[in-house]
Amino acid sequence: MQRKISFHVPSPDETEILARRLGDCLRRGDCLLLSGPIGAGKSHFARALIQSRLRQPEEIPSPTFTLVQIYELDFSELWHCDLYRLSDPLEVIELGLLEAFDDAICLIEWPDRLQDLSPPTALHLEIVADPKSILARTIILTWQAPSWDKRMSTL
Amino acid sequence: MRNGNASPNGPVVLGLESSCDDTAAAVLQGSKILGEVVVGQGALHESFGGVVPEIAARAHAERIDLCVADALAQAEVALGDVDCIAVTAGPGLIGGVMAGVMCAKGLALAHGTPLIGVNHLAGHALTPRLTDNLAMPYLMLLVSGGHCQFLIVHAPDRFQRLGGTIDDAPGEAFDKTARLLGLAQPGGPSVEAEARQGDALRFVFPRPLLDRPGCDLSFSGLKTALMRTRDKEVAADGGLRRQTRADLCAGFQLAVCDVLVKKCARAIEQYLSLSPRVPALAVAGGVAANASIRAGLQQLCTRYDMRFVAPPLALCTDNAAMIAWAGGELYQLGYRDDMTLAARPRWPLDQNAVPLLGSGRKGAKA
Repeated sequence: MQRKISFHVPSPDETEILARRLGDCLRRGDCLLLSGPIGAGKSHFARALIQSRLRQPEEIPSPTFTLVQIYELDFSELWHCDLYRLSDPLEVIELGLLEAFDDAICLIEWPDRLQDLSPPTALHLEIVADPKSILARTIILTWQAPSWDKRMSTL
Repeated sequence: MRNGNASPNGPVVLGLESSCDDTAAAVLQGSKILGEVVVGQGALHESFGGVVPEIAARAHAERIDLCVADALAQAEVALGDVDCIAVTAGPGLIGGVMAGVMCAKGLALAHGTPLIGVNHLAGHALTPRLTDNLAMPYLMLLVSGGHCQFLIVHAPDRFQRLGGTIDDAPGEAFDKTARLLGLAQPGGPSVEAEARQGDALRFVFPRPLLDRPGCDLSFSGLKTALMRTRDKEVAADGGLRRQTRADLCAGFQLAVCDVLVKKCARAIEQYLSLSPRVPALAVAGGVAANASIRAGLQQLCTRYDMRFVAPPLALCTDNAAMIAWAGGELYQLGYRDDMTLAARPRWPLDQNAVPLLGSGRKGAKA
């Protein structure tokens, strides 16, 4: 059964607060799929989340050109991926993403490129623009795996 | 015999580069390019609506051998006569970088040739010395698809970062603008061509971070602003008019240009405070090919009475000649790597620079 929760965030600062709260509850083996059009704020969300999990502030370059940026956290790696440039899901395997799904925390932009390889336990996050405000967004989280239930209810 | 004393024409260096989408090898003696081979997928790029990355280490590994053989053949140099092997050891796509490093290690081991791992960005930053024999210290603007930073090049192994992008690089902003407006990839040339037909003053886009001191830049918000304006125009006109598209491109390009030029002026003032003997600004990276950005930077140099250097595009984009050159400079400074040389996906040029923090900087741990 699909479950869903949504948040209205009035500004990029509020988006960052939500990203940090979500970051707090991610653990090894979790996968967060970030959807939304260009300019929706996927990278903004990902950057805030990653920064909140790093021991020391680090630069978080855009993963668009390198496809993957890997960060060392205390108990696992965190993979920040932008799959836009992939043309074949087989390339997901070449990148080593399947192993990362098990061993790391993965934040994936443009997850439609995963096709059948999308992990069934992933948390989907969609960022939707607000027609009434340039800065506001609606952030919709959906999932199937019960392991998210408790974490999402306290978010 | 190789004894570390290079010939008067400079050391013979084999350079390998596979940190991005292309695979390349080059042979240099001093500043003379004796052989150069690039195997890329340029023709494929457009049809995919994005630059197709070569993520398979295997594909790089297969091609790099051939590139090396071809470059040596072109140069008419035997592997045994090479004074040093220079290879990009990062930053970049890990599979590609590893393929290059493995190949270089194998060749170095087999022939007892000194090995030097080169930072890809150092390759770009030292290119003006290869092409124009620029004296140090010079100011460098590195502006490409994946990078944007102002550096003072003090020595082949000493770079001082004055500032850089806290989010997207300008090349990425051009690509994403092209995506948003249905133009061909790569976005640099197609947005520039479209901008030539447009009115740059019809839409005014934000100039991010211009209100803040320092040389840091941000381009991510510009893309969002462009998307908003596009949506408004599409809603009003029932579609994207040709002229509107051109005007959007022109307005976007003007904003990027304006930000780069104004931030560059700040970098120049910082640089000139060092009283360099021959003040110069060099620009490298694909974005340097944009005519209006180039003109803007050129005017700036005229105003400050500085030399402006923009190496030819083939040496500004990813290539192996720059890696061979940078390797040669390090070789002459006595640098050597051994078989423990490892690929580094992230490798800042200026290890002492304060991290460029964008979003999330207000984090509890920051």
